[in-house]
Amino acid sequence: MTEAILSVMHLAIHFGGLAAVDDVSLEVKIGELHVVIGPNGAGKTTLINLLSGDLTATAGQIQFCGSEITELAPDERSRLGIGRSYQKTDIFPSFSALENCRLAAQSRQPRPLNWLRDAMSYPETMDKARRALKAVGLADRAGDLALALSHGEQRQLEIAMCLATEPQLLLLDEPLAGMGREESLRMVELIRHLAETHAVLLVEHDMDAVFQLAKQLTVMVDGKVLATGAPAAVRANRDVQNAYLGYTEKPDD
Amino acid sequence: MTHITLPRTLLLAALLLLALFPLIGTTFYLQLGAKIMILAIFALSLDLLVGHTGLVSFGHAAYFGVAAYALALMAPQYQAASLWLTLPAALIVTAFAALVIGFLVVRTTGIYFIMVTLAFAQMLYAIFHDTKLGGGSDGIYITVRPEMTIAGFKALDLESPVQFFYLVLIVLAAVYLLLSKILHAPFGRALAGIRVNEQRMRSIGFPVLAYKLGAFVLGGTIAGLAGYLAACQFGFVNPEILAWHQSGIVLMMVILGGMGRLHGAVIGAAVYVMLQELLSASALFGDYAKHWQLPMGTLIVFSVLFFPHGIGGFIDVLLRRRGNASAITAEAGDD
Repeated sequence: MTEAILSVMHLAIHFGGLAAVDDVSLEVKIGELHVVIGPNGAGKTTLINLLSGDLTATAGQIQFCGSEITELAPDERSRLGIGRSYQKTDIFPSFSALENCRLAAQSRQPRPLNWLRDAMSYPETMDKARRALKAVGLADRAGDLALALSHGEQRQLEIAMCLATEPQLLLLDEPLAGMGREESLRMVELIRHLAETHAVLLVEHDMDAVFQLAKQLTVMVDGKVLATGAPAAVRANRDVQNAYLGYTEKPDD
Repeated sequence: MTHITLPRTLLLAALLLLALFPLIGTTFYLQLGAKIMILAIFALSLDLLVGHTGLVSFGHAAYFGVAAYALALMAPQYQAASLWLTLPAALIVTAFAALVIGFLVVRTTGIYFIMVTLAFAQMLYAIFHDTKLGGGSDGIYITVRPEMTIAGFKALDLESPVQFFYLVLIVLAAVYLLLSKILHAPFGRALAGIRVNEQRMRSIGFPVLAYKLGAFVLGGTIAGLAGYLAACQFGFVNPEILAWHQSGIVLMMVILGGMGRLHGAVIGAAVYVMLQELLSASALFGDYAKHWQLPMGTLIVFSVLFFPHGIGGFIDVLLRRRGNASAITAEAGDD
């Protein structure tokens, strides 16, 4: 039994009177891909924002590799080994695909750096960037501007940027959103592959992908955890069927 | 927006032309040339913030002025100050001012950043204008220019327009080279990332505020270098050199030349100063010359309309159209 990389305990955030995330507890381990599902407005993206540091929790605790990170800023969490992708593609459009990844890898270069040495002349950083592009299948697009990539490729690039920082934990916010069938299949394969060596928390709407990938499944409704556990057990849960799965697919599907 | 550098040959040709200029230039034109180059250094320092980091500072004259005042306050009344002492001291004072102000302002973004940089510059203006510290609104004369002596010998005589011209040219070339190196180094690439997508920079692990502060201090210090040289040249400082319209003028130079291109900042400074000289020449325009700001404003409006990426951007397009593809190195990373 591996140790949990990420432990979330009674996490909550209130916006005025609204508890967008309310008393959420979960764990993420390497090799045990954890998927969070729930209807729109359930607080899934807010949860990811709390874990990445884009938002700070009003209550509860987040532990990453045994140390408390609840109050840390996003860049500090990134440097500890948490990489995230955004629901809406978030890249550097005017930079080449390689430069997007090189910049991500650069954040791990020791400081202070030589202020005059060309950024492209750090072999280790360049290697990391190229490896990350290769891992997502974009090696042959390295020199193209990110804005010239297709939507699907941009989503792949975003994951490559995460990988270039060599994280232990990946927070993926709807990586399949807006993708075609072919691209989706490839992305699912990529995520499955990444989950073997990384702890992954995935928020996703595509139920086919969810049940293909999930080793752990958490269902959120109105900011709260409705059910959590192995996918089969969660699926059989009557509350979940009523609240969520019932109107997206048949239970005996 | 891609980061564009001029071909090296073009830059060297420009440098050579400038170096030969004293052979034909009269004292008036040498002084005008030095003034343009000083303002070009100033515009370069602002372009580092505006064009390369996305920090629109509307109070950049503060650092220009602080260094100028630092020299004026350090210079003895009837003797030459040592450049070797006063220049580093002026730069340290300016860097410290930029560090303190920068520490506070980099926390804001967008319109708020513009407003707080302006506010801090106006505070400094008020200090120099309303207190006896720097001679109040009358300012201070620097009667004798600083001297550069090496072991008792004068290395350069700053009283000589030709030698001063060369000093400023060397400083401009050094600043240009330094900035173009820095912009291609990891630090500069991080600034470019911040300009394009600040929040993404944070999520891939960059302490964005520290980088912005670094850029702010560097830009402020280089502005201080320009301010020091300006004080040397004019032998006089008054509060107007750190007033908001000075900040506005240097911002106009950067926009006129094209933001985010180092050559743009230099061209912007040159075009602005030459237009001002031309439009305010009473030999040409008689009584209308004193209203030079009206045609100047009109020209700037038209240039923004027709050259959205500034004159520098227009030149880049011309170079590209001539098929001189190797002349343009697009964003570092397209290897």
